[in-house]
Amino acid sequence: MPSSRTLLVLLLALLAVILAGASLAIGPAPIGLAEAVKALLSDQGSASIVVRDIRLPRTLLALLVGWIFGLTGAGLQGLLRNPLADTAVFGAPQAAALGAVAVLYFGLAGALSWTLPLAAIAGALVSIALVVAVAGRSATVVVLVLAGLAVGSLAGAGTSLAISLSPNPFAVTEIVFWLLGSFEDRSLVHVGLAAPFVLVASLAVLAAGPGLRALALGEDTARSLGVDLGRLRILVVGGAAIGTGACVAVAGSIGFVGLVAPHLVRPFAGYDPARTLVPSGLAGAVLLLAADCAVRLIPSATEVKIGVLTAILGVPFFLWVIARRKAELAETPA
Amino acid sequence: MIDLVARSLSVRLGRNEALDGIDLALAPGRFTVVIGPNGAGKSTLLRTLAGLLAPSAGSVTLSGRPVARMRAAERARSIAYLPQGGQVAWPLPVADVVALGRLPHGEAPDSLPPEGRAAVADALSAVGLRGFEQRPATELSGGERARVLLARALATKAPAILADEPIAALDPRHELLVLDVLKAQARAGALVVAIMHNLTLAARYADVVVLLDRGRLKAHAPPAEVLTEAHLAESFGIAAHVAQEEGGLLVVADRPLPEA
Repeated sequence: MPSSRTLLVLLLALLAVILAGASLAIGPAPIGLAEAVKALLSDQGSASIVVRDIRLPRTLLALLVGWIFGLTGAGLQGLLRNPLADTAVFGAPQAAALGAVAVLYFGLAGALSWTLPLAAIAGALVSIALVVAVAGRSATVVVLVLAGLAVGSLAGAGTSLAISLSPNPFAVTEIVFWLLGSFEDRSLVHVGLAAPFVLVASLAVLAAGPGLRALALGEDTARSLGVDLGRLRILVVGGAAIGTGACVAVAGSIGFVGLVAPHLVRPFAGYDPARTLVPSGLAGAVLLLAADCAVRLIPSATEVKIGVLTAILGVPFFLWVIARRKAELAETPA
Repeated sequence: MIDLVARSLSVRLGRNEALDGIDLALAPGRFTVVIGPNGAGKSTLLRTLAGLLAPSAGSVTLSGRPVARMRAAERARSIAYLPQGGQVAWPLPVADVVALGRLPHGEAPDSLPPEGRAAVADALSAVGLRGFEQRPATELSGGERARVLLARALATKAPAILADEPIAALDPRHELLVLDVLKAQARAGALVVAIMHNLTLAARYADVVVLLDRGRLKAHAPPAEVLTEAHLAESFGIAAHVAQEEGGLLVVADRPLPEA
């Protein structure tokens, strides 16, 4: 008998495939789904150029970025036993952006170099380590969120500094637009830069599943059940930093997917942290694919940045979760 | 058969000497109750026996092997540990919580082999919660949740069970239910240790009582020899009446003694 979780995974995978098809078929050039698939698989002249070089990279990036944000969001929520955890709460996307901007600003590397994702990953790692160090291991949610806010603001200030000191107005525009988060004008090189890190991050977080499940009963119980907590923290926090860093490096900062996705799947997949990981990753991919199709359909002079759209939708959701759970959040240690 | 032995065991927590030179040999088939005033080192002792804290001096051995050097999964199969004030972070179904006790055997809740399923069913029967399998553990009463967490510890089928205040914050009926389960485990051959503050219940259920005071072992003997008015005055700072009743010793704390 297939469980509701199996059905959910199948449904989400099907949705992802449908939306990926839609993503290949939506855009200013009138190329329908059938044509797009044909143009993808065989050379159809200009249609193939549009589908393969413009629409395919953004479709793949939306899949990768959505998957890893959903997965790491669920992983962090499991690790901290808190439904408000997300890389964004740690200031990780801002710090990753600062790492990448620093590389661009000092001219250490071009926008298509391995240095960029590595610097972004380093930024994300530093921010998460800093938040955990300041907040302490048994910090309350309030302390954690405040520390994340501070670190995120500091990273944001660093980025602003780089922008304001930039001698070249075109570079400023480029950095600002990139920071807003978008899959526009990305190539398969971007996909290639992010994919290996997304793979490593996925394996790390998925390996943490059984430990996260035991952690539901507290750290002492988890350790008494033979779970290595140090390893578990490295897998989840390291996975989150690697995934966030690599994705921010290629797509700018796109927030709140990791926060929202686990909440959407729990009513169907259950609350077991190990069992929410894969559905949450798929839900993240579906969300970003849908959002990326939406920004192309919203009538506007230039495309709405997807990072802006996810924030506009994600922040009210964040507030709604806080409002619904504020009684228990008041005393829950993170 | 196993035994759990502490030799010259000292544990430092920060600058604090939490335990100082404890020598203690625990045998299977016995229900040992650890008592002592707040801050005496009871939880530290239990956590060290369970291999969760490293001794600063001395050793803890399980059947002759140092617990600190055992592989985590093997230690977890041998010693089940029930922490104080157990929490459940997510609304997991009761069956999944109890099935976590099978993790040391490499069994996951969604794919339990037949012996794992049997162990979970046995554990739920032992605590009287058959039929609660699909209830979310966060929606139970405090007494029911305490029994679910106890069932989780039982499901491991470990030969040693260490429980830190398993009856804290429980109503009298649940106190007895939980202690009956632990006593039954000891009767079936398990090595059972529990920390308790209720001295009358300690006297009634314990085969042996360990009295800790300021990190030192004061006494380790049958209840009647440990729960004396002199010991209670000295270690707990209380004037108490101890009377022999039908069901065992009755300990009534009368008044606090002026601090020495």
